[in-house]
Amino acid sequence: MDGSRRDFLKAGALGGAATSFFGFDLAPAYAQLRELKIARATETRSTCPYCSVSCGVIIYTIGDNAKNVTPQVVHVEGDPDHPINRGTLCPKGASLEQDIVNPRRLLKPQVRRPGSDHWEDIAWDQAIDEIGHWVKKTRDETFIERDALRRTVNRCEGIAWIGGCTDTNEFNYLVGKAMRSLGVCYLETQARV
Amino acid sequence: MTNGYIDIKNTDVMLIMGGNPAENHPCGFKWAIEAKRTRNAKMIVVDPRFTRTAATSDLFLQIRAGADIAFLGGVIHYAIENNRIANEYLTNFTNAGFIVKEGFKLPEDGLYSGFDRAAQTYDKSTWNYEEGDGIGAATVAAVASAKPMLPPKVAYDLTLQHPRSVFQLLKKQYSRYTPEMVERITGIPKDQFLKAADLFTSVRKDGDMKKVATIMYAVGWTQHTFGTQIIRTAAMLQLLLGNVGRAGGGVNALRGHSNIQGATDMGGVFDIWPGYLKVPNPADVDLKAYLDRTTPKVSKPAAWDSFNYWSNTPKFAVSFLKALYGDAARKENDWAFHYMPKVDRNYSWTEIWDNMYRGSVKGMFAFGMNGVAIGPDSQKNIAALKRADWLVVGEIYPDETSEFWKSPGISPAEMKEIKTTVYRLACAGFAEKDGSMTNSSRWLQWKNIALPPPGQARLDQDIVAQIFLKVRELYKAEGGKFPDPILNLTWPYTDPQHPALAELAKEFNGKAIANLTDPKTQQTIKDGQQLPGFSWLKDDGTTSCGNWIYCGCWTEAGPQLARRGTEDPSGLGIYQNWAWSWPANRRVLYNRASCDSSGKPWDVERKQVWWNEAAQLWVGNDIPDFKADSNPKEHMGPFIMNPEGVGRIFGPLAAFADGPFPEHYEPIESPVQNPLHPSQSNNPVVKKFSTPADKYGTTGEGFNIICTTYRLTEHYHYWTKNNPMSVQLIPEPFVEIPIELAAELGIKGGDKVKVTSARSYYIAKAFVTKRIKPMTIDGKKVYQIGVPIHQGYRGIQEDAGRDARTIANRLTPTVVDPNAFTPEFKGFLVKLEKA
Amino acid sequence: MSQATLQIRRISGHAGPVPGAGVERAQTVCKLVDTTTCIGCKACEVACLEWNGYTFSETVFDNSYQTMPETAWNYWNLIKFNEHEREDGTLMLLMRKDQCMHCAEPGCLAACPADGAIVQYANGIVDFQQDHCIGCGYCVTGCPFNIPKFNPSTKKMFKCTLCADRVAQGLEPACIKACPTGCLHFGTKDDMTDLAETRAQQLREHYGFEKAGVYDPTGVGGTGVIYVLHDAANPEAYGGLPKNPHIPWVVRLWKGPAKWIGNLAMLGGIIGVALHYLRFGPKRVESAKDQKGGQP
Repeated sequence: MDGSRRDFLKAGALGGAATSFFGFDLAPAYAQLRELKIARATETRSTCPYCSVSCGVIIYTIGDNAKNVTPQVVHVEGDPDHPINRGTLCPKGASLEQDIVNPRRLLKPQVRRPGSDHWEDIAWDQAIDEIGHWVKKTRDETFIERDALRRTVNRCEGIAWIGGCTDTNEFNYLVGKAMRSLGVCYLETQARV
Repeated sequence: MTNGYIDIKNTDVMLIMGGNPAENHPCGFKWAIEAKRTRNAKMIVVDPRFTRTAATSDLFLQIRAGADIAFLGGVIHYAIENNRIANEYLTNFTNAGFIVKEGFKLPEDGLYSGFDRAAQTYDKSTWNYEEGDGIGAATVAAVASAKPMLPPKVAYDLTLQHPRSVFQLLKKQYSRYTPEMVERITGIPKDQFLKAADLFTSVRKDGDMKKVATIMYAVGWTQHTFGTQIIRTAAMLQLLLGNVGRAGGGVNALRGHSNIQGATDMGGVFDIWPGYLKVPNPADVDLKAYLDRTTPKVSKPAAWDSFNYWSNTPKFAVSFLKALYGDAARKENDWAFHYMPKVDRNYSWTEIWDNMYRGSVKGMFAFGMNGVAIGPDSQKNIAALKRADWLVVGEIYPDETSEFWKSPGISPAEMKEIKTTVYRLACAGFAEKDGSMTNSSRWLQWKNIALPPPGQARLDQDIVAQIFLKVRELYKAEGGKFPDPILNLTWPYTDPQHPALAELAKEFNGKAIANLTDPKTQQTIKDGQQLPGFSWLKDDGTTSCGNWIYCGCWTEAGPQLARRGTEDPSGLGIYQNWAWSWPANRRVLYNRASCDSSGKPWDVERKQVWWNEAAQLWVGNDIPDFKADSNPKEHMGPFIMNPEGVGRIFGPLAAFADGPFPEHYEPIESPVQNPLHPSQSNNPVVKKFSTPADKYGTTGEGFNIICTTYRLTEHYHYWTKNNPMSVQLIPEPFVEIPIELAAELGIKGGDKVKVTSARSYYIAKAFVTKRIKPMTIDGKKVYQIGVPIHQGYRGIQEDAGRDARTIANRLTPTVVDPNAFTPEFKGFLVKLEKA
Repeated sequence: MSQATLQIRRISGHAGPVPGAGVERAQTVCKLVDTTTCIGCKACEVACLEWNGYTFSETVFDNSYQTMPETAWNYWNLIKFNEHEREDGTLMLLMRKDQCMHCAEPGCLAACPADGAIVQYANGIVDFQQDHCIGCGYCVTGCPFNIPKFNPSTKKMFKCTLCADRVAQGLEPACIKACPTGCLHFGTKDDMTDLAETRAQQLREHYGFEKAGVYDPTGVGGTGVIYVLHDAANPEAYGGLPKNPHIPWVVRLWKGPAKWIGNLAMLGGIIGVALHYLRFGPKRVESAKDQKGGQP
């Protein structure tokens, strides 16, 4: 916002005061203030993705969820109902709007081929197909059905999963199901480090 | 946390150590401030640096990084010497009176009994209780057994005087941790240490049991080669003072991320299944063998009672297998137990990188996990990725891991030689997904979707589902190694390519898969209905539950984890109707211990639960973490997850790899020999890694300065270097350096400096400060410096060429805690020079 | 809908009385900053920038956690850090949120020659009306706290509005809401004074800060932002909080007797020159003992 912060302020901002400046009108003088930017925005209750306090946040989006609107985030503020943070946020939580709306976000799948020095775009279907083949190949090559003592172990030692700190419980559960069914033992997350 | 963030407001004294909550958990820290404002509570901060937490403390002590056990052991010594202990609590609620087997030896020379030097492990058979009755009764001859087990009947002495009682051993163990020894090891002057010890133990002055003290910590404790034992020392101290289970008390792991609590609960680490069930190993040839090994048997004084809640392990395990394999898990096939991988060794974080470096791990999925930046030893991790066949990264920003192949220092020629195929998949951010996360108060909180993912980015769960279904399709079409678990995994989602997180939450909550009736209450649950709690779980295949401790979070009454009730009638900050807390919506763990032996609260001002004689039930403001109808006369222990029923001051048998009591050991890289036993300076069971990348520095090579790593309040890990606001607040990497050291090296604030460890180097600006002072350790002058971790080679500033694009974790060593396998990020050796 | 107005109590550069002043009842609002519970997290800075929509500004590390030397036209509140050694040698990290003090007798408003460019609302908030601002910078001279800042692209002055837009709609200021520890508190001046005095008393009686007290300087008629300090006798240690702030004599003269003879061009000129001198003359002296970071 390079110009005046009073972009929304109409001419004659001093409202009722304008006529009274040079007279002796007893009508009180008023200043008209900037419109509240979140006044009609849609509120979505969410949880801050950063530390383990898990503060409640309210994400304000333009649009009332009507069919023809893609919601646009205009502001994020603490949820005053949340018993722990009671509306407060730290400097990271308070800037979540710029995490959601960020020009650095990844927008499409990409691949870096062996020996290459650049990213190439790849269609989702092709990426999933290729990854599926990699998983099967590596699993079949590294799967151990029995150990040296002929005990059933059914392990895949060639594949590792490392999971993130913000993954939901549901996502962790889904990953655990998928990876353990493949026999993956190298299943770790941020929880370890 | 045993307690929760809001509960901190109920405390009288806080010890904050190994954590920096003002900077890393600011919104939770408000409740520490609240305790000061409303109760005149006192705050002690012990840290290698004067942090922003220290700025609000009443007493700050600068400790050498990695000397925490010496400090806490010193406080235990002080509490015992000055009778600042909770006698009734100690005798009845802990194993202080249990008698330990003959032959157990304390580590005066640095080693407990049973050390096998060649294998670097302990034979723990002497780390056990003696079998028998109360003192004076004849000792029952123990039956020789190949696998040492806890005795069902434990010999005990409630006067705590028996020389082999846990209490006497504890007293002896920490008699060496005198204020003088504490000063030699920690660098904290004796008078300051005594001030802190006096203040912390003041809650038990003159036998008072009303007051409560709490301990808060984070990875400043965890990330050592003796991290688990530091935390244990804190737990022992809290048991000694009777502070566990009580409002305003407990041992509180603040944890560093929004859902690593949930990830751990959900078995997101190699060594546990969801709900802290142990993973099977190859010796578990069938389910019975597994359950025999992992289901603990009661071990207690004959006259006492023990709930031993883990005796329900078979119900949890079978219900889990039913959740995974549904109709394919039948009694006849041992509930598909053979589908599950059997884990024969350590597969933890550092092992992944080590084995990828060695060539056996060929493919990796990294979803929201920047393994290169997280380290330890980022350059080793980069070298490992170069040898992998494929890497799939799911991220919302370009990160160091996905771009390891063009990390600084890699030439175009070398790039051509890197054969790794890397997929980088655009994922959804937190606001674009629903689902639940579990905070460190153990609250499961549901969040809602605010907007769709941008561009072509996809929901993480859709990506994983689509990859899995593709793999399944390939196995169906082509066959391959042991396809059964892949083909039979339950996938009951309405839209299999897009599983709804609500469906997953309902699945791990669990449901009845036959009509169930409670024989006591005649209450029934119909086939297909959601279970109201884990007490309904069965081991006969009639229930399915993905995570027993989360059972109750999504019931027939709806999503309990989405509740928004803001009432708090007791004023203790319990908020019973906000979200849902595991286990069973209890907010303070072990809360039975908030009452005396007869079931009356220690403090009537802070009443959590109590025994209602008329109703013959435990009732209260919180949900009792106890068997609801156990009359105090039965003397059931409040620590229902231990087979003893009591808190463990002595950790018997295999509870810990490195000793039943904590002992101070030096970090793997230390400027001094251990003053307690110079011949056994380090933790004896810790093994160094051995690839060419694994180097460890010594003072002899000029690595004289202690370095520790940490976060700043302005940034979050390696994520916010993409956020302009965070970058504006802390624009550049820096190293915090004591004024005295800076003067010696001719470094001024803002100068570029180079920090070098045995692994690699790191370049940043000097932050010359009074907040880290030189220390005297065992008579030797020692400097500490601090390196915040937030930068890398992809970020706003990095991309603009405004910093050196080095990662802090290039410095850190690959070496881990023997119990939790967490790397030693805190307290390693470096050199410092002007760059 | 969401348009709101606030009644005006004082107007800058205005001939004659403020119309209708005092006709409506309004409580004076106040921000309490308890420096003893500030953790320097900068959530207040971020909340302010987010609410007001200001963009990224390039900053440079300057041997401190402090983001920039002082507030800017588009950076209205700033935590000032100081590694301060007490007489007994113990270290304190003093952190104070610096922003417009919303003085009861605002020096900026007194100094401002532009009709209606600076107003004080009935609730005590002092606000700049950029549409009327002529960018002369005299407000800087009138301000003992170095707050008003010039935007060179729009040639207007800016400062903290105490989120008058939010307050007018019944919301607390953005910084107040965000503050994690409750070091910031918002309410009526009476309530905040009471809270501050109670806290200062607690600090004296239970935490050993014998000189703890409340900063609410009378030289500017009291302020709409009050501080609790561990050491009220040494406000300078808190990033240069003036011990006895007052409106410069030349501004008082301008608004006092000179107001009525201000038409005399020569005197007006002299005052103008004096204002100009004060505006651009050296104003700040750094204490040698304290640094915002460590060694510069």
